[in-house]
Amino acid sequence: MSETEKVKEALESKFAFLKDQVRVQRERRLWAEVPQDKFFDVFDWAVMKAGFSILGTITGLDEGAEIGLLYHLAAPDGKVLSLKTKIVKDQGKMKSLTGYFPSGAIYEREIIDLLGAEFEGLPKGLSYPLPDDWPKGQHPLRKDWNASVLEQGKEQ
Amino acid sequence: MAENISYPIGPNHEINAPSDFNFIPRSKDEIRIPIGPQHPALKEPESFSVALRGERIMGVDIKLGYNHRGIEKACEQRSYVQDVYLIERICGICSHTHATCFVQAVEEIAGLAVPKRGLYLRTLVGELERIHSHLLWLGVAGHEIGFDTLLMYTWRDRELVMDVLADLTGNRVNYGMNTIGGVRRDINPEQAANTLKVMDKLEEQTKYYIQLGTEEQTLIQRLSGVGVLSNEDAVKLGAVGPTARASLVDRDVRRDDPYAAYADLTFKVVTDNHNDVYGRTLVRLGELMESYSMVRQLLKNLPDGPIAVRAPRKIPAGEALSRYEAPRGEDIHYVKANGTENPERVKVRAPTLANIQAVSKMLEDRYLADLPIVVAAIDPCFSCTDRAIAVDDQASVKGTMNWEALRQYGIDWYKQQGVDFTKMKVKIK
Repeated sequence: MSETEKVKEALESKFAFLKDQVRVQRERRLWAEVPQDKFFDVFDWAVMKAGFSILGTITGLDEGAEIGLLYHLAAPDGKVLSLKTKIVKDQGKMKSLTGYFPSGAIYEREIIDLLGAEFEGLPKGLSYPLPDDWPKGQHPLRKDWNASVLEQGKEQ
Repeated sequence: MAENISYPIGPNHEINAPSDFNFIPRSKDEIRIPIGPQHPALKEPESFSVALRGERIMGVDIKLGYNHRGIEKACEQRSYVQDVYLIERICGICSHTHATCFVQAVEEIAGLAVPKRGLYLRTLVGELERIHSHLLWLGVAGHEIGFDTLLMYTWRDRELVMDVLADLTGNRVNYGMNTIGGVRRDINPEQAANTLKVMDKLEEQTKYYIQLGTEEQTLIQRLSGVGVLSNEDAVKLGAVGPTARASLVDRDVRRDDPYAAYADLTFKVVTDNHNDVYGRTLVRLGELMESYSMVRQLLKNLPDGPIAVRAPRKIPAGEALSRYEAPRGEDIHYVKANGTENPERVKVRAPTLANIQAVSKMLEDRYLADLPIVVAAIDPCFSCTDRAIAVDDQASVKGTMNWEALRQYGIDWYKQQGVDFTKMKVKIK
């Protein structure tokens, strides 16, 4: 059994709700979706126990009523575990991962600006990457957003 | 000095982050000076609020985002093939890096098996790009410490590899080599022979720079102990590439998560334990030697056969994560496909975003005069870092232009100079 398969098996046996939910897309690439309330159980195990000690980045996705958050965690031997969870758009809050990865703050700030997600426990800091005078509530990576929103604001 | 903490540090570690970006002193015995976003010491726009006590840096706040151009959003509105060219323009130096990282993800989703020759040529251009990038960096580093002779020498030598790139791909920077399913240009034996000749010349020159780096006392003393980043901090702050490897972090995507033709190549991951700008210089010099060897291996073992497979216009639904060891460190692209001609989502994490967070640490308690070389030593690339949004200025300031107006302004300006593009009949051979 390959190292990648071993991680899949460990994940599925450790967390019952992940039974048959872990996808091995190819060697060294694992994907799993985890409900928000159980997310940090899996995350904690992956980071602290299973050796996925490198944070690649966080990808934010606009999925209609929800915002998808994909945490790409890498192990030193090249495996990448992408853990996905969803929060309800404009209402849900995600726990910040800065406790585990202080450098992850900038990836969370990026998602706050571009998709309008909220992270609990993220230290106050500079927004990134939109300009200081960017209008509040405009999140450009949302699917229903386009630049004409800004143009309309200008004319009024 | 923080106590010795293991890493990862667990769920409850607090971090300090600046509450606001300004230049107001936060205590009586500090002064704050702004450096950037436009400043002679910087090559690209970023903004530093530097707290000083005398000549000593007490702390630095860094603000990014000035190069934000809306590329991730723009990718969603264009086809995959258009995106290859758009993404290549994320960065002027790592252009092949981003294009490769993106096409790798798309190829994985579409299940395309790129022919071996295509993979080899893709890797070849990638290593040539690393050579040009590292030589460029060496020159910039020389310039930042007042050693302009080094700048003149390395940039002269860099022209050799730029000529090779132009010869192989038709362009000096945005090579347009990649396409989904392979590469767009084959090379002939004369081009290969010429490339090998240039590698010999560059290797000879690089040996001289290595001698310079290990023997020239002014260089060693100027760079040693500057921009110190301990191994522990490099890991904790998520540093990547030569910045991390100079702090003895033995990571390289080319070896750890091989892509393109790297699994077929023999090479050493260069690390160093100086933990400072001097170490970063030695790592890049060592990597240059490895790249010459890799180029030789690629050309010697270049397989015969096709260079690309045909890719469908519509990419089936799916997602993929692609990693690439850029000259500056690990580049990550995530692509999600929805079955149409346009991607659902494209996400880019450029290496500088991972490295910039270590810069504040490197500058702490250092002299202000070290700031330019410390910033330059991570080989920052802010246009990579700030890719995503900002389509138009919304601040309602008089005189701002939207895209159409800017384009029209360009056309009119050239007309006044006697060049009318609308009348020009350009035939492309």
